[in-house]
Amino acid sequence: MAESKDGRPDPDELLDRVQREQEKARRGKLKIFFGASAGVGKTYAMLSAARQLRAQRHDVVVGIAETHGRAETVALLEGLEILPLRDIEYRGKWLKEFDLDAALRRRPVLILIDELAHTNVPGSRHAKRWQDVEELLAAGIDVYTTLNVQHLESLNDIVGGITGIRVWETVPDKVFDQADEISLLDLTPDELLQRLKEGKVYIAQQAEGAIQNFFRKGNLIALRELSLRRTADRVDDQMRTYRQERSIEAVWQTKESLLVCVGPKPGAEKVIRGAARIASQLGVDWHAVYVETPRLQRLPEAERARILRTLKFAHELGAQVATLAGHDAIETLIDYAHSRNLAKLVVGRDYKGWMPWRHSFADRIGRRSTDLDVVQIVRDAPSPQATVASARFSPPRPRVENLWQPYAQAAAICILATVTATLLSPFINLVNTAILFLLAVVVAAARYGRGPAVLAAVLSVGLFDFFFVPPRFSFAASDAQYLLTFGVMLAVALIIGRLASNLRYQGRVTENREGRLRALYEMARDLSAVLVPEQIIDLSHEFIEGTFGVKMAILLADEHDKLQPAKPASDGQVAPDVDLGIAQWCFDHVEPAGFSTNTLAGSPILYLPLRAPMRTRGVLAVEPVNPRWLLIPEQRRQLDGFTALIATALERVHYIEVAQNAIVKIESERLRNSLLSALSHDLRTPLTALVGLADSLAQGPPGLSASQQEAAQAIRDQAFRMSSLVNNLLDMARLQAGEIRLRREWQPLEEVIGSALKAQEGQLARHHIRVALPADLPLLDFDAVLIERVLSNLLENAAKYTPPGTEVVIEAALVDHEARISVADNGPGLAPGSEEAVFEKFTRGERESSTPGVGLGLAICRAVVEAHGGRIWAERSPGGGACFVFTLPAGTPPETPALADEQALLGQRRVVHE
Amino acid sequence: MSDLAATILVIEDERQIRRFVHAALEAEGFHVCEAQTAQQGLTEAATRKPDLLILDLGLPDRDGVDVIRDLRGWSEMPIIVLSARSGEPDKIAALDAGADDYLSKPFGIGELLARVRVGLRRLERGHAPATSVVEFCGVRVDLADRRVERDGTVVHLTPIEYRLLALLVRNAGKVLTHRQILREVWGPSHVEATHYLRIYMGQLRHKLERNSAQPRCLLTEAGVGYRLLLE
Repeated sequence: MAESKDGRPDPDELLDRVQREQEKARRGKLKIFFGASAGVGKTYAMLSAARQLRAQRHDVVVGIAETHGRAETVALLEGLEILPLRDIEYRGKWLKEFDLDAALRRRPVLILIDELAHTNVPGSRHAKRWQDVEELLAAGIDVYTTLNVQHLESLNDIVGGITGIRVWETVPDKVFDQADEISLLDLTPDELLQRLKEGKVYIAQQAEGAIQNFFRKGNLIALRELSLRRTADRVDDQMRTYRQERSIEAVWQTKESLLVCVGPKPGAEKVIRGAARIASQLGVDWHAVYVETPRLQRLPEAERARILRTLKFAHELGAQVATLAGHDAIETLIDYAHSRNLAKLVVGRDYKGWMPWRHSFADRIGRRSTDLDVVQIVRDAPSPQATVASARFSPPRPRVENLWQPYAQAAAICILATVTATLLSPFINLVNTAILFLLAVVVAAARYGRGPAVLAAVLSVGLFDFFFVPPRFSFAASDAQYLLTFGVMLAVALIIGRLASNLRYQGRVTENREGRLRALYEMARDLSAVLVPEQIIDLSHEFIEGTFGVKMAILLADEHDKLQPAKPASDGQVAPDVDLGIAQWCFDHVEPAGFSTNTLAGSPILYLPLRAPMRTRGVLAVEPVNPRWLLIPEQRRQLDGFTALIATALERVHYIEVAQNAIVKIESERLRNSLLSALSHDLRTPLTALVGLADSLAQGPPGLSASQQEAAQAIRDQAFRMSSLVNNLLDMARLQAGEIRLRREWQPLEEVIGSALKAQEGQLARHHIRVALPADLPLLDFDAVLIERVLSNLLENAAKYTPPGTEVVIEAALVDHEARISVADNGPGLAPGSEEAVFEKFTRGERESSTPGVGLGLAICRAVVEAHGGRIWAERSPGGGACFVFTLPAGTPPETPALADEQALLGQRRVVHE
Repeated sequence: MSDLAATILVIEDERQIRRFVHAALEAEGFHVCEAQTAQQGLTEAATRKPDLLILDLGLPDRDGVDVIRDLRGWSEMPIIVLSARSGEPDKIAALDAGADDYLSKPFGIGELLARVRVGLRRLERGHAPATSVVEFCGVRVDLADRRVERDGTVVHLTPIEYRLLALLVRNAGKVLTHRQILREVWGPSHVEATHYLRIYMGQLRHKLERNSAQPRCLLTEAGVGYRLLLE
């Protein structure tokens, strides 16, 4: 983390800022009306600001406003749109609550939400109102809100210390720090007290005495100072950011993060809060870790739960959390700090206890490492809430062990040693007998841990003394040196016991870690082989249920991004009672929801989005049997690992499907192509023979009667009709398959009209043709063959449905950047109302008509014109007949050679022309 | 040679088609020989030295376009292609390979005979001493004099228009693809600039045809090229 010496902004930081700004641009803006205490006029100020915006025709809606019945505040609500509140039943009572869904549906530009720190009625989507506000902001809605200084999480205990009143409704500092605007409402204590006297400050009924105590002048001054200082800190931050952005006299800091050590002692919340405050003042990231040593592993369940809760609390305040395993807490911490470049350690302060020679935790860290700053923070007294909450977790003992068995076995080993020593006593001296007993102690310590080892030491000394030390069969020792033997044995028992238990603990930790890795590895291996989603679901059940012992379900998104349960739980799997609403929320927001998250924490099920590189594929719902389970960061991380694996596998399988479909499509296209060209060849060949043979009949040697001549002519005509039918069918098939590639070229319309008229020469022989094209019609970009086809079909229609002698007019004009080409006749015209129907496939102008044609012609025209980006329709021509109009977009034609440039074009090969 | 009946070779694998083509040509007094496969056809062409070839593009043993290329290696005889396929690229490929004209199946005998006559006339012109004057649709082009008249009045053409017209006149009756015309008139570097060609063709029609939207002689073969039809 080198400091940027040349004073230029660090590119990473710039990128970071750009990303933050992009994120912000999509989010709504948050403005907080901030005050030292109730009664300074926050709601009033907020409503006044809203009224001004309303007067400027801004879309402002009141989500919730606590007027506390004050007339002047109520008056401000006049004329503002107010969202109705939602009724929620809670313990038999109906309570009013802000309606988040209604607000999201209404989607105003700005919404007013009073009392940011409010705790929602249980059963609402989020536990806290600030979380509602977060969702509104994420949806791009601007929010105005109000907040008192004592509700800020990091100041909570300070305010509690000053006023003696602890508030439990708090707002994380990051909400305050990330707000776009803070408007401080400041009132001098005297003015506030005056307002209080006039009854202008709302006081809750139940705790009037305490509140009166709260509104002492000293308190008010202190609160005012806190709120001013907090706001000043923010302004200071803004100034710094501004400087960084403008690179004015840059003050670059190396980014040094904080590491908070969470210990087993109560009161760690205060340490966490303090660390959060320091981190935010320094503007750095912070980590919170708990080192689980063998000693701490033996803590009662309730205490371990409290530690995990503390970690979760730190996570909520923005820390990265981890639990580490190691037998020496200090060494593990220092390693962690070094590996992550954390220069400051924050620890709770130890009091000098009953062992005055023992160094405090902070001192011990200081002795081991010289390059780390250690900050000590005074611990809290155990908070009443924490005790209450810890009772919620029932402590099931994970392993029920036979406690007396190791002791019995230790004793048995000692007895075995005694028997062996007795048998060997004729051959060995007393010192070696003692060594035998020492061996017994070592074995007991190594196998059964400290307790049994101590028992073995005591027993060994006793047995050794009783059976072998003269005088034998009595406890009287003739020599005081056997006291030393006893002492050594006890010490050996303790040391070996400790070493062994540490080893066993390390072993267990390694085993656990290896188990997690193995599960991940096996799952990755198995998932890499699957080909269909069903297999993924089965494997997920197998691994997640097997590894964690939980109930789970997977919900997959369909093509409309609606979640569907992947499949009903089969054979013995118990599906959790999934709430599709929460799952959908989790999917839409790509954020975890449900148990142990910020969203609908009341649900017993945890919902995790299955987020793959390209998109979110579905949701994993997990219902833990033991709630504590999800609070352990490692478990949670492993679950996240599984989630990522499942999501990636789902995505991979999805793309396998996509690839297969593509192959099938290519194959079927190739098949269709060869089928079409075979059809076209095989149908035309006999038709050619038919036409030719009919011709040779008619033109052959004379002798055919008039009726025979006529028959030959008829065969010829029918064969040609059949041929045009085949052409139409084949073209339609190609157009429908979308496989006709337009060969667009810039060309004059006149030319294609000419070739169409030439092609329909025979049909139009008895009609009058008039072509009216403006001289300045630009070149158009189209496929000559297909547009000739369109014109031919339209002309053929005109010839077919109008009597001989009818005039057919082809006109073109440039209207609004498109060329409009019409083919009109003055024949009988289309039946009213059939103008659209004639373009449908297999529709003809008249029902049961004797006029030939399958009616595919106009459908082909429509397909061709639309492929060119134009439109085609039928209308009544001015002369009363039918008029078909189609358009072609008029683009910018390429440069055309001016006549004057010809000489240059021809170069030396100039042709002299008189 | 003109006093002798011309020999026409028909290479076509379909018996019925071969049959009526043979009958129709013979009725017109031509001498006809037949072949069913490309291999047989090439042998016939080499031994009989026909004056004109009618070639089906969809032969069982070889691609018709290859056959044309082979023939063009040693013969200038007019080739009329019969195609059952509807795609223009096939026709263009055949014309670029050296075919003179094409007929899409199904076709009538009248149409076939007309094309055969045009082809033979081209052949005759090639043998006869160069005639410098060509007339069509009331237009008289004197190639020696570089003089173009319509209904007796001199028509003023730009140099490119004249080059274009002269090319069409020299190849009267033959279908010229866009590519062939562009290479001849504008040079090999302009073979993709089809809109140049279309503009000049339009100008020629306006100057020479009575009704430029319904040309009688300067004909468009949509998607393929142009042909000057001598009436």
